[in-house]
Amino acid sequence: MREWIRSGSPWVWLNAGAVSVCLVMVLGLLLLIAVRGLGHFWPSNIVQLHHLEEDGSAERLIGEFVDHEKIPREGVAGLSESLPSKAHLIDRYLLKIGNRDLFGRDFRWIVGPSILNSEYPKHLTAVERHEWGNLYGYLIALKERGEVIHSDQPNWDVLQERLARKQGLFKEIRHLEKDVVGAINYRMERLRLKERGLELDGVLDRAAYRNIEVERTDLQGEYDQLTKRLADLYDAIGRDGAVFEIADGREVEIPISKIVRVYQPNRMDPLEKLRFYGVKLWEFVSDEPREANTEGGILPAIFGTALMVMIMSVFVTPFGVVAAVYLREYAKQGPLTRLIRIAVNNLAGVPSVVYGVFGLGFFVYVLGGSIDQLFFREALPGPTFGTPGLMWASLTLAILTVPVVIVATEEGLSRIPRAIREGSLALGATKAETLWRTVLPMTAPAMMTGLILAVARAAGEVAPLMLVGVVKLAPSLAMDGNFPYLHLDRKFMHLGFHIYDVGFQSPNVEAARPLVYATALLLVLLIIVLNLAAIHIRNRLREKYNAAE
Amino acid sequence: MLQNNRERTPLMPKETAAQRPDKPVRAHALDISLLSRSDREPVAREQSECIAVTDLNLYYGEKQALKDVSLSIPEKHVTAFIGPSGCGKTTLLRCFNRMNDLIDNVRVEGEILLHGQNICDKRINVAELRRRVGMVFQKPNPFPKSVYENVAYGLRIQGIKNRRRLDKVVEQALKAAALWDEVKDRLNDSAMGLSGGQQQRLVIARAIAIEPEVLLLDEPASALDPASTLKIEELMYELKTNYTIVIVTHNMQQAARVSDFTAFLYLGELIEFDDTNTLFTNPKMKQTENYVTGRYG
Repeated sequence: MREWIRSGSPWVWLNAGAVSVCLVMVLGLLLLIAVRGLGHFWPSNIVQLHHLEEDGSAERLIGEFVDHEKIPREGVAGLSESLPSKAHLIDRYLLKIGNRDLFGRDFRWIVGPSILNSEYPKHLTAVERHEWGNLYGYLIALKERGEVIHSDQPNWDVLQERLARKQGLFKEIRHLEKDVVGAINYRMERLRLKERGLELDGVLDRAAYRNIEVERTDLQGEYDQLTKRLADLYDAIGRDGAVFEIADGREVEIPISKIVRVYQPNRMDPLEKLRFYGVKLWEFVSDEPREANTEGGILPAIFGTALMVMIMSVFVTPFGVVAAVYLREYAKQGPLTRLIRIAVNNLAGVPSVVYGVFGLGFFVYVLGGSIDQLFFREALPGPTFGTPGLMWASLTLAILTVPVVIVATEEGLSRIPRAIREGSLALGATKAETLWRTVLPMTAPAMMTGLILAVARAAGEVAPLMLVGVVKLAPSLAMDGNFPYLHLDRKFMHLGFHIYDVGFQSPNVEAARPLVYATALLLVLLIIVLNLAAIHIRNRLREKYNAAE
Repeated sequence: MLQNNRERTPLMPKETAAQRPDKPVRAHALDISLLSRSDREPVAREQSECIAVTDLNLYYGEKQALKDVSLSIPEKHVTAFIGPSGCGKTTLLRCFNRMNDLIDNVRVEGEILLHGQNICDKRINVAELRRRVGMVFQKPNPFPKSVYENVAYGLRIQGIKNRRRLDKVVEQALKAAALWDEVKDRLNDSAMGLSGGQQQRLVIARAIAIEPEVLLLDEPASALDPASTLKIEELMYELKTNYTIVIVTHNMQQAARVSDFTAFLYLGELIEFDDTNTLFTNPKMKQTENYVTGRYG
């Protein structure tokens, strides 16, 4: 035994064990969020079951099983003694019954023994709607302008046809409303600001006023035409309806314009399910959120996160590098530089929400307020930059991560061999030329390392962002087709905040829970992608200057 | 002008100096007659002065590294500094292009005249001085760039962008450094891929590309194998027709082989400075004799 201890093997085992535990934890974490999150998009079968109520009557329920647990018998209040099972632990199932608008809630716990029978009828239909979540039931009729359609084709096929027509119309409406009307509104607003600006400068004479009026009339004309076109489209999209029989036997008519898609999972073969799964997954990453963020996709949040991190990189890299160059190359090394270095290192340890408070107090109110006073006077009292937005969020994260870049760059600078600098100086280069032509290019990989660490830190921050620009639902992306294309003053959505919002602020927690996992997975993936991109660039730079290290 | 070097001073025949068959590989006590070139032209007495050092004192903080050094380095000859480690050879060499400025706490007193101009003067443009006084270091230090960019570096610093001019100068410099034939097909490859000897010649090419007046060599062959050392030595013999060369070396055979004048330094003092033949065969000072005969150092 003593021999064994002295041989050093226990030490090796201890180290290897620590690494294994870390690895298992990381993989377990990824696996958990992947399974929980990605499972949500799989079209599970819809069950129809009869269930014994407390008063002894049987009730029909339709829905999807989403969860299952075993609980002690005593925990279930009012469990009928007549139940056949006498086991100590009984099963309890969470059933997603949907139809929130009709039943008031869309999840129900059911104890196993109270289920009388269950089956999976082929024609049970799940209806995904723009509002109120899913509806489960049987399709019994289709209507056009209130009249029931009698057709040779099965109702299902007709429904699919009508749904396809609706999708086309819906796309057009959305394009008109978001892009075209959005652009007109944007131009209107700019026109108003221009008028106000001229007024403030005291140069709003009759001619200028006339010009603005003419332009405004043009825009108004365009707008009126669009409204008419939109009214027509709305009329066309509202033509059809579908009637479903739901669990309690009621017949419900749903306008087809409110339906996203219908599917009958019990009829689907695995391949079809897989295709459906792919469509849903794609929707998740490429669509906008619906239903207080509990349905639809999270594209704006992905976009917002990526854009913010990129803008932050643009701020933080030059700033950090310049600071590091001064500290390492120009400043006289002494107690003062040491003190500054310690301060910079400690800056990395300041809680991030403190940066958020600083960002709000300094960037938003002081800097943004001054910018508004100087350049956006015409928009006052409405703030332009004097309110939380993308720009200030990026800047706040930039100062949050600048210590990392400074430390990494300094490290890189100190690793450049003295001989290289002397070689350059001996050829008649000044210190600045030596820096620019030789030292900085060789330090580039170290800078990239700093940037990678900064990106990883920044993409995951939530607390400071809540103060300086992130919102639950941004009306428009920070980048669009309206000049100047990149709107740094706009608020934006962020994956980290999205997780918090969906998980804790959602009115429908059960429905939102899988999305929390899915969004978390996506956040991790996004950070991995950003990091891989940076690592790729760094490796290429390393190759270029490999022999220097 | 550089291109004509070859015709004017043909490469030394290989058997002249270093590879003379009957030469002892490691002579403990030097037999100078074997080492000095038999075909060395008699040292011209009318040579003009390139660098004149007067009463040079140099301190690293409190420690004095050079004590009252005065010497005169002739133009277009090779001058060698010899002496035991820590005697101040390299420090003296680095005074000539003010490389000591890079070290904190260095204080220099005295005067160094380069063609009559005092280079210790604070007002002098150091970058311009270093352009006129090139330097090659102990270990090859090519930049992690291509061979071409390494040689063109000094010219680019001067703002020369004309591709044709750069091409010409790079070729001339590489030819002058006897490296052209080896690298002409891989000018765009990284210089870090060259062998140590090639790298050192590349660094010499880089230094002579900007046509300095003086070339300072700080133990240029100490990190190289014998074959590469020989090439560098031959190169020096060729280059001295155009450049004033000052070389620091630990290796007395090397000093004897390549230099026309030799200065012996000991503990920061210049003990003796004379033409190489005299210094090695008939030193005036006892310390010099002890050193060149290998009795200490």
